[in-house]
Amino acid sequence: MDVLLLSRLQFAFTVAFHYLYPPLSIGLGVSLVVMEGLWLKTGNPVYHQMARFWTRVFALTFAIGVATGIVMEFEFGTNWASYSRFVGDVFGSALAAEGIFAFFLESGFLAILLFGWDKVGRKLHYFATWMVCLGAHFSAVWIVVANSWQQTPAGYRIEQTANGPRAVITDFWQMVFNPSSLDRLSHTLCGAWQAGAFLVISVSAFYLLRRRHETFAKASMKVGLGVALVASVLQIVTGHSSAVGVAENQPAKLAAFEGRYTTRDHAPLSLAGWIDEQQEDFAFNVEVPGMLSWLVHGNTAGVVRGLEEFKPEDRPPVNASFQFFHLMVAVGFGLLGLAGLGSWFCWRGTLFQHRWLLWLLVFAVLGPQLANQAGWFAAEVGRQPWIVYGELRTSDGLSAVVTSNLVLTSLVLFTVVYVLLFAVFAYLLNDKIHHGPDETDLIPSGALADHRRADA
Amino acid sequence: MTYPEWLDLNAVWFVLVGVLFTGYALLDGFDLGVGALHLFSRTDEQRRIMLNSIGPVWDGNEVWLVTGGGALFAAFPNVYATVFSGFYLAFVLLLVALIFRAVAIEFRSKQPMTWWRRMWDVGFAAGSLTSALLIGVAMGNIAWGVPIDDRGEFAGTFIGLLHPYALLLGVTTVALFMMHGAIYLVMKTEGELQNLARGWVNRAMIFFIICYAVTTMATLLYVPHMAERVRANPWLFSVALVNMLAIANIPREIHHGHDLRAFLSSCTAMIALMALFGLEMFPNLVLSNPVRANSLTIYNAASSPKTLGIMLTIAITGVPVVLAYTASIYWIFRGKVRLDKMSY
Ligand code: HDD
Ligand code: HEM
Ligand code: HEM
Repeated sequence: MDVLLLSRLQFAFTVAFHYLYPPLSIGLGVSLVVMEGLWLKTGNPVYHQMARFWTRVFALTFAIGVATGIVMEFEFGTNWASYSRFVGDVFGSALAAEGIFAFFLESGFLAILLFGWDKVGRKLHYFATWMVCLGAHFSAVWIVVANSWQQTPAGYRIEQTANGPRAVITDFWQMVFNPSSLDRLSHTLCGAWQAGAFLVISVSAFYLLRRRHETFAKASMKVGLGVALVASVLQIVTGHSSAVGVAENQPAKLAAFEGRYTTRDHAPLSLAGWIDEQQEDFAFNVEVPGMLSWLVHGNTAGVVRGLEEFKPEDRPPVNASFQFFHLMVAVGFGLLGLAGLGSWFCWRGTLFQHRWLLWLLVFAVLGPQLANQAGWFAAEVGRQPWIVYGELRTSDGLSAVVTSNLVLTSLVLFTVVYVLLFAVFAYLLNDKIHHGPDETDLIPSGALADHRRADA
Repeated sequence: MTYPEWLDLNAVWFVLVGVLFTGYALLDGFDLGVGALHLFSRTDEQRRIMLNSIGPVWDGNEVWLVTGGGALFAAFPNVYATVFSGFYLAFVLLLVALIFRAVAIEFRSKQPMTWWRRMWDVGFAAGSLTSALLIGVAMGNIAWGVPIDDRGEFAGTFIGLLHPYALLLGVTTVALFMMHGAIYLVMKTEGELQNLARGWVNRAMIFFIICYAVTTMATLLYVPHMAERVRANPWLFSVALVNMLAIANIPREIHHGHDLRAFLSSCTAMIALMALFGLEMFPNLVLSNPVRANSLTIYNAASSPKTLGIMLTIAITGVPVVLAYTASIYWIFRGKVRLDKMSY
């Protein structure tokens, strides 16, 4: 196998594995802020117990998120050295900003969040919870900015150097707020909130079905459903907005998402299908006439560009992009339905009698993970053959000195280590869930117990 | 923000990247040292105390490496690209070692079974030792010089990176981190474990001083360019002197029970070592050996002045805040480690 294919495989594998955890850390961070806030506000010990329990789960996802994140940061240099030379001037500052503004914040205050329960007062502890949550969000900001710049570059010019061309920054804020940053950031964050909320929902539903820790589970379920409903609605809004942006800035990608080869008005929206890339047509397709034009332009007469406008070597893999995109959208509507239904019954007070729905909610935890992965795969595969859209081809981004044997070695090594990591993660998570919340956590201890030290 | 003409931003970033990596050595240095000593402790409780002594801080300490890497990427992309792709296998091993270290800390005490704890104990110790060794070997290669072609690409092999001088620096780094970690443990523990750690300080110091003497001799004999600047400017010898005095001071402070001062001495010694390294390297970032003209310097490997300026603004706004809350967190977790419900 050649270096290009192996490097792409390795990058896709390591980043997809990494991305199992950040959404959980970001999403659970939000849930922790809500739970601890509710405890401080109401004084109800069940919220304290919830905050403690979910903090322990958070520690687990965070640990693996950190361990696998470092791989990502080094991998640009090890496998994509030419790309690193090309983008360093522009995109390096986003990574450095991520370290200074986000990672230090997260990891520093994590110490207080995890180990400070009995050492610091209530307000300081709650402040630390906020900072960890904010830090996780900031890191999403900077890394998504960097990724968005490679999707829709802005605020730069190309300069020739002894090592070949490179992009040089001309306007920092244009780089940061490049055409896709805000859409993709808001969309990614909603996906992360969904991931955290549905984990809380799933575990609570499981306890309810088993009739264990019922008070705890009911309270957790309400927090989870609240966050999930808001995030699922916003997810559709931000997803739509992303799609409109893609139509404008990366028309070849949108054409691949929708399997459109011909440029036309009254373009139909495909609901499901399979594309024969040889024939340049659908082998099977269910579509709504005019809907795509309407979604993109607000008008069925709007023209949507097809792949015929792009040379074959400038087109992304069509069927793969199509399938990942449609998987994400389908799951997205499914999650909205589940969050809506759950909230409705919860509001009516009958949720805990609908065992079928509780069972669905137990498995719903997989939904956001699936959609998050599919979404990134769609966005990244649809970006091909460019590593920096319109400027640098993926094949030109490789490290010149790295051989396929080396990449094969590292790929095998990472696979072994990650499989092991995943097994341990699953084992410990399962163990924590079966162990359940501690009854002793109903009573705050240490400095937290002392109301008078509330503002210590 | 705009910076005055006379300010050499490239040199500023040479210093700042140096500061980030020095911060990493000072902070994660003791974590890795504690890890390297882990298997020498005797009981399960001692091991838990050792893990908990670094528990709240190791993650934040590792961020110095992440940020140093990010800063290198942004300020000197050619160095980042050449070194990371050139030292491919070494970095992959470093990553695997760091992963094992991280998850071993997190997972070891989550289950009571002996085999489980044994497995992670070994993972923790091996991960820490390997990381320290590889970091030293990388430094050794940077100092010795690596083959670089006229396009700025690495032109050597993985085996070529394992020459005796680089390995010597690797072992020296292990010794240094062990000493640093042992002093940290003396500071954070009490009773029997503290006595044990005192013994480790002595042995690690002897180990380090031997390594250091050999490295110094080897440098003077075989790597003369790493002594050129001090030879040309004798007053710079004071930096080497500070280093030696700081090391000599450690046993004195330990003897008098001034554990914190001993730790600060060890930090001072490390800062002096990094300063010497930086002084000798400047303005090179990676020496090309044998074709010196292909070396990557702070000028031919750097980002544009505009990026360096933007990043300086980011650093000036962000770093003081980071230092402030890092210091507060160390303050909150000051004092001896005791096991409680939240412990590993
Ligand atoms: C939308 C969010 C998001 C995305 C797309 C990524 N990450 Fe990530 N990353 C996080 C969100 C995050 C986080 C939430 O901040 C993590 C995960 C869990 C954690 O502990 O921090 C993290 C951890 C993390 C760390 C360890 C930080 C530490 O030591 O505290 C590094 C170095 C990276 N990431 C680097 C990357 C790179 C180079 C990526 C792209 C290729 C990447 N991450 C994608
Ligand atoms: C936000 C941070 C990210 C950045 C900066 C980033 C950057 C990159 C780079 C440089 C490559 C290699 C070149 C290429 O193959 O085009 C790549 C490929 C890829 N990434 Fe991302 N990525 C990010 C996030 C993600 C996430 C979170 C996922 C998935 C969960 C993902 C999925 C992929 C896939 C599947 C590929 C391979 C695509 C292909 O080669 O066809 N990316 N990305
Ligand atoms: C149901 C309606 C949804 C629509 C219309 C939608 C639309 C889109 C579009 C157009 C993109 C590509 C953006 C680009 O390439 O720049 C995208 C990417 C993505 N989607 Fe969705 N999406 C939906 C649901 C979801 C859900 C439910 C999740 C996760 C829980 C999710 C997670 C992601 C992620 C992580 C990405 C990659 C990052 C990005 O490019 O923003 N999406 N989505």
